[in-house]
Amino acid sequence: MTTFWSWFVTIVTLANILGCLWLIRWTAKPRAGEAPVGETTGHTWDEGTLADLNNPMPRWWLWMFYGTIAFGLIYLTLYPGLGNYRGLLGWTQEGQWEREMEVAEQRYGPIFAAYAERSVRDLARDREALRVGRSLFASYCSQCHGSDAQGGMGFPNLTDGVWQWGGEPEQIMTTLMRGRQAVMPALGAVLGDDLDAVVEYVMSLSGAVPEPSDPAGRTAYMRACVACHGPEGKGNPLLGAPDLTNGVWLYGGSAGVIRQTIVQGRNGVMPAFADFLGEDRLHVLTAYVYSLSLDNGL
Amino acid sequence: MSAQASYNDKVVRQFAIMTVVWGIVGMAVGVLIAAQLAWPALNFDIPWLTYSRLRPLHTNAVIFAFGGSALFASVYYVVQRTCHVRLISDKAAAFTFWGWQTVIVLAAITLPLGITTSKEYAELEWPIAILIAIVWITYAYVFFGTIFIRRVKHIYVANWFFGAFILTVAMLHVVNSAALPLSLWKSYSVYPGAIDALVQWWYGHNAVGFFLTAGFLGMMYYFVPRQAERPIYSYRLSIVHFWALISLYIWAGPHHLHYTALPNWVQSLVMVMSLILLAPSWGGMINGIMTLSGAWHKLRTDPILRFLIVSLSFYGMSTFEGPMMSIKTVNALSHYTDWTVGHVHSGALGWVAMISIGTLYFLIPRLFGKEQMHSTKLIEWHFWISTVGIVLYITAMWIAGVMQGLMWRAVNPDGTLTYSFIESISATYPYYVVRFVGGLLFLVGMLVMAYNVWRTVVGSKPAVAAVPQPA
Repeated sequence: MTTFWSWFVTIVTLANILGCLWLIRWTAKPRAGEAPVGETTGHTWDEGTLADLNNPMPRWWLWMFYGTIAFGLIYLTLYPGLGNYRGLLGWTQEGQWEREMEVAEQRYGPIFAAYAERSVRDLARDREALRVGRSLFASYCSQCHGSDAQGGMGFPNLTDGVWQWGGEPEQIMTTLMRGRQAVMPALGAVLGDDLDAVVEYVMSLSGAVPEPSDPAGRTAYMRACVACHGPEGKGNPLLGAPDLTNGVWLYGGSAGVIRQTIVQGRNGVMPAFADFLGEDRLHVLTAYVYSLSLDNGL
Repeated sequence: MSAQASYNDKVVRQFAIMTVVWGIVGMAVGVLIAAQLAWPALNFDIPWLTYSRLRPLHTNAVIFAFGGSALFASVYYVVQRTCHVRLISDKAAAFTFWGWQTVIVLAAITLPLGITTSKEYAELEWPIAILIAIVWITYAYVFFGTIFIRRVKHIYVANWFFGAFILTVAMLHVVNSAALPLSLWKSYSVYPGAIDALVQWWYGHNAVGFFLTAGFLGMMYYFVPRQAERPIYSYRLSIVHFWALISLYIWAGPHHLHYTALPNWVQSLVMVMSLILLAPSWGGMINGIMTLSGAWHKLRTDPILRFLIVSLSFYGMSTFEGPMMSIKTVNALSHYTDWTVGHVHSGALGWVAMISIGTLYFLIPRLFGKEQMHSTKLIEWHFWISTVGIVLYITAMWIAGVMQGLMWRAVNPDGTLTYSFIESISATYPYYVVRFVGGLLFLVGMLVMAYNVWRTVVGSKPAVAAVPQPA
């Protein structure tokens, strides 16, 4: 803020607060010739049905008013408020946040540092670690993947053992740390007249429909889809290209939806959490996510 | 009697009746969306029945259609009688009635269609916003013009508040609605990011401060002393609390944005101003309630007076709660919870609706040439039904809000959050049901009122009130 605006804010603020003080004093002063206390002021309205009494302002109310003004002036001395003046305490919300985060890190950091010493596979069998992981999951992951981690349209189910980007602990950790971007390009124009045949062929890969006798679908698939989804349709976890043979569909497996997916493309985004949660917490979270598809009785 | 020899009560009658109608519509929508929060299936998967579209319809209908019509009616009634002169222009007054009703109907069409600026309490798109500005400037002309030609020397305190309300709302509306139109039904605010948020809440909170507080204080300053048949308690208190209220209120809005991208100095400053606002706010309550001194017994027999006085109690309660919630540490708990919703409704139902209802019970018989309302018994019923409704509503939201705030900040020994967000929602369901019942009771009270008004008005002839002539 420029010096001008800083002074502007300061002056207008103080003028308003001190103006209230002045107004109270000025109004409370008795005046020559005015009506005695408890009588009407002599003004009437609406054919004499309205009048007002010349009563003093209630003392307790005035003290309350003075009290809030005093509090306000003290507060504005201690805290920022009057333009560029920073206040005697030097408080900022950023500073408050940083201090609270420091205290939290001192208290909780060691707990997670201890977990980080142990392997994901080990933690995935540790009841207490999984409880911590579930809390993290509920706070940061459930919005997309659901409280039960079973996902929804466009958000993978984490409990079924099917992994778009790989289900080994290292792969899950990478997904959480760096995020993922899965891009299915829009292929409507590329496929042209072969579109329906490709839809039918893709569906046949998981046995949803019998393999079509017409080779047009397979031919077009081998031209436009094979680079990512592979010749057998098994997908490629390095690209996040889903397996088309297992009957698990991220966006839906009906002919209409598959057709829409091919024509319009899809963009799947998993955000990166490394900066936000840090490696140690993500290690525990990885263990929890890894445990979801393990049948280990926990 | 020549036209100038009588008050223009036609426009008052029109606005008074529409206050009842819009009150029922707005509150019915409120009850529906309250039910949707408890039973989400009630949106029936129909886009224009979803909470997101009906919530702005509810707020616009109760604030601007119900509250606005009540304010138009009482401003026009009061300014004539406290100035001993007919409204300066019947045509302009009629334009404000039809213009305002047009705005409301357009809101009721566009909001369910999803046409919105997305600015809270200012959702109506630019063509409607322009119509609002035109109607409002005409309103200001009628009001200030009538003040200008008054035949009573001193300007009555109610008119100070009405004047401040009309002027400030005009300024707030014009500044906050500044937008670049993209098409007929789509525009973008001219303000970027945090500045837009600041302007929005400068507007939003002063819609509360000047529309719902100053305007209705003006109403209070006429109808409480008239119904109590007692003079206003303290002229000095009127002066101090008026000037302090209108000068301080305008600062307070950004307390809706504590702990956000707003600069630190703004957050501290608005908290201080919100706290200093407590005494000036209470000045109105004291002046209203103390006006009854020497006439307390009337509360036992007069349900209209009870509406007016209880409204002042709720006013005092929510204007105490407001400054408390603006304190950063309290706000850290209350913000984003249903406590805010409870706070708003203790003001909206307890203060704004109760004082409007009392005012309508005062006005309707007088406007339609009747001695009194069709049934005093039904006014009694209305009073108790709505009071119980408000108490249920507010306590449910207090408990729900504090519970949510505590659940959101609860941490495990390892520092992770104890509850996920959805757990706080499912814990809130019982309170949503209680809130729905409270709101439903308030709506039932309004229907009782509608019946009572209907029976009072049907078959009546419009009353003609003579302007007192100078001797």
